Amino acid sequence: MEAVGTWRERLEQTALAPVVNTSRWYYLWVAFLLAVLAWGLYAYSVQLRDGLIVTGMRDRISWGLYITTFVFFIGISHAGTLISAILRVTQAGWRTPVTRMAEFITAVSLACGAMFVIIDLGRPDRLLNVIIHGRWQSPIVWDVVAITTYLTASLMYLFLPMIPDLALFRDRLPGKVPRWKLWIYRIFSVGWVGNNSQRRSMASAIALMMLLIIPIAVSVHTVVSWIFAMTLREPWNSTIFGAFFVAGAIFSGIAVLIILMAVLRKVYHLEEYITEKHFKYLGFLMTAMAMIMIYGNLSEFITVGYKLEGEGEFHFEQLFLGQFAGFYWYYFIGGLIVPCLLTLLPWTRNIRGVVLAAVLVTVAMWIERYFIVVAGLRVPLMPYEPASYTPTWVEWSVMAGGFALFALLITIFVKVFPILSVWEIAEEHESAEQSPAPAPLVPEAVAAPAGGG
Amino acid sequence: MSEGDHNTGSEEPQEAPGLNRRHFLKYLGFGAIGAAPLPILPSLLRKTLDQKTVRSNGAPALAPNGQIRQWTMIIDLRYCDGCQSQGTPPQCTTACIEGHFSPEPMEWIEVYEAELPGDGTQFIPTPCQQCQNPPCVNVCPVAATFSTPEGTVLIDQNRCIGCRICMAACPYDRRFFNWGSPPVPPEALLADYSAEHQVPAKKGTVMKCDFCPDMARAGTLPYCVQGCPNDAIYYGDLEEDIATNGEEVVSASRLLSQNQAYRLKEDLNTKPRVYYIPGHGEAVGRDAFTEGRQPTEWPWIERAKGAREWKR
Repeated sequence: MEAVGTWRERLEQTALAPVVNTSRWYYLWVAFLLAVLAWGLYAYSVQLRDGLIVTGMRDRISWGLYITTFVFFIGISHAGTLISAILRVTQAGWRTPVTRMAEFITAVSLACGAMFVIIDLGRPDRLLNVIIHGRWQSPIVWDVVAITTYLTASLMYLFLPMIPDLALFRDRLPGKVPRWKLWIYRIFSVGWVGNNSQRRSMASAIALMMLLIIPIAVSVHTVVSWIFAMTLREPWNSTIFGAFFVAGAIFSGIAVLIILMAVLRKVYHLEEYITEKHFKYLGFLMTAMAMIMIYGNLSEFITVGYKLEGEGEFHFEQLFLGQFAGFYWYYFIGGLIVPCLLTLLPWTRNIRGVVLAAVLVTVAMWIERYFIVVAGLRVPLMPYEPASYTPTWVEWSVMAGGFALFALLITIFVKVFPILSVWEIAEEHESAEQSPAPAPLVPEAVAAPAGGG
Repeated sequence: MSEGDHNTGSEEPQEAPGLNRRHFLKYLGFGAIGAAPLPILPSLLRKTLDQKTVRSNGAPALAPNGQIRQWTMIIDLRYCDGCQSQGTPPQCTTACIEGHFSPEPMEWIEVYEAELPGDGTQFIPTPCQQCQNPPCVNVCPVAATFSTPEGTVLIDQNRCIGCRICMAACPYDRRFFNWGSPPVPPEALLADYSAEHQVPAKKGTVMKCDFCPDMARAGTLPYCVQGCPNDAIYYGDLEEDIATNGEEVVSASRLLSQNQAYRLKEDLNTKPRVYYIPGHGEAVGRDAFTEGRQPTEWPWIERAKGAREWKR
């Protein structure tokens, strides 16, 4: 019992540490992010003043970096769903130290992704027209509904399992943190004391959200792909698009989660809880998704490429040999095949190897979104010379600002909210210690079972 | 969770199982009732904000049989030489640009030079195809682009949010965006804006050929028909089965069926209202192997204040 007590104490101290101690590097990092964000805001103000003429987009390639980044962000938002919902459903106990981070990514990247659609609008001042005059027939409206639903659901899903940890912060932190933080903990811990009825309520709420959020997440990225697939453009006119986008979303979500895990582990000394095992397991999951992506690529390209109907020939030429060949082959080899090798081969199957694979995948998946959007629009519809698209400094700056905002929100979240799901880790630890596990006080669906992972 | 150990929990008396579930279901029910009015929210908002519904200007034109006219365009490619013989830019495009003050580089009716099977070229003047199954109207999130009873597709630039999904959806590349503040000559500022004329152009919105139904109702022909020196473009009404190029009045159905007329990308089932009679300008003496045409000009652009050039 004594050993468990000190173990528990150490876990709580580790979870509390980021909120209590702030280093100089933290301020430097925030200052850097704020500077990039300010630059992005300046670029956006230029765009608001002069219009989208300051971008590289023109009538024939009418979507570019903004829509690419939108699809990318919505994609990585699937990190939270996969790790915390799918792994929770399958009762994989090893997930517990990383769930909270995954849920952070989901909420923050959804907000950033939605922002990029608004940035892309020619008339952001008329945004409310989508609600006032919205038509159910339009894929854009499907997107608005799906993304707002997903954002609401994932915020709830972030909040519910955090309640016991917020109560822990509420009880442990008075006198150590500013008053506004304590106020947040008091409000959001909603009077949690951890008695039986509270545990049961939370358990059924988590179980319900966990089951709801999986179909919502799948629908979101399917609908995002339908913005493209509902048009009469050759490269987008594909039945596989929805499934392909969902797979790509989970794939890139895992990659971003691995990167964030590595960073937070280093900065906040979480080595005891986030171990090589977590990197390996997530690496295996990422590899599984990479194989689905490879399969999806082959399946789509062989059915089209065998016949080369219509503009298929032009598209394949630009993708495999022409303007986009560098991007495409980096994506296919550097983003799909090499990461598989890095996570599977025994020599690189360690933290470094997996993180390197995750970085490759993240970059590759952004590039994949880029050539889906831009190469898709470049295929000529009428007898004219194919257009070209070069993003301008405004687009690069706004995009950098968007990524800075993403990092900033995560940074702030980490400083205010518990990065580790303390109660879940503790439960998992206890059930692993005392085998066979005692009858859990939380219903089966939520309690981590013995020997999970 | 300092008090939240497993031990403290078990000391409490067990509550009746299902109590929380009942509460939960109750709240869920209240939630559902609360969310029920959401679908009518947009119409409430519309009422409160008193937004006018967009439609074309006036009532639709009626054919002699009392039915609404169904505007159509028939382009006789045998008579189109891309204005090679005139030595000018295509005059349909120029007239359209003059009439609508369409900003550079928009060519609402664009004369494409397409290759023929035997290596020569043909000229294809291409306005908006006014589809009866319009992909652009289907995808618009705010009904800024809409089909009219006369069978045309219009855009209300006062409602358009500039998301450009219609441009992605149009299979004919017939939609154009005001990427910046569009250059406008002084006289255009005096015009009364309507979705049927789209003058003056508005920043951050989509534009395209409007098929000039306002002119047809007033008894004149669209700018492009008037501008064509070879009378290659017919404008008419499928309901009354009548079409004219400004010189002669013909039966539209007869003109179409006797000359193997076709529509662009028929296999997409967009059902365009613009028909083509195959040819390469041979009726006005053009040789298929004489390639090239004069580049389009925007004659009024010099009078426009603050005009900026942007390329497609």
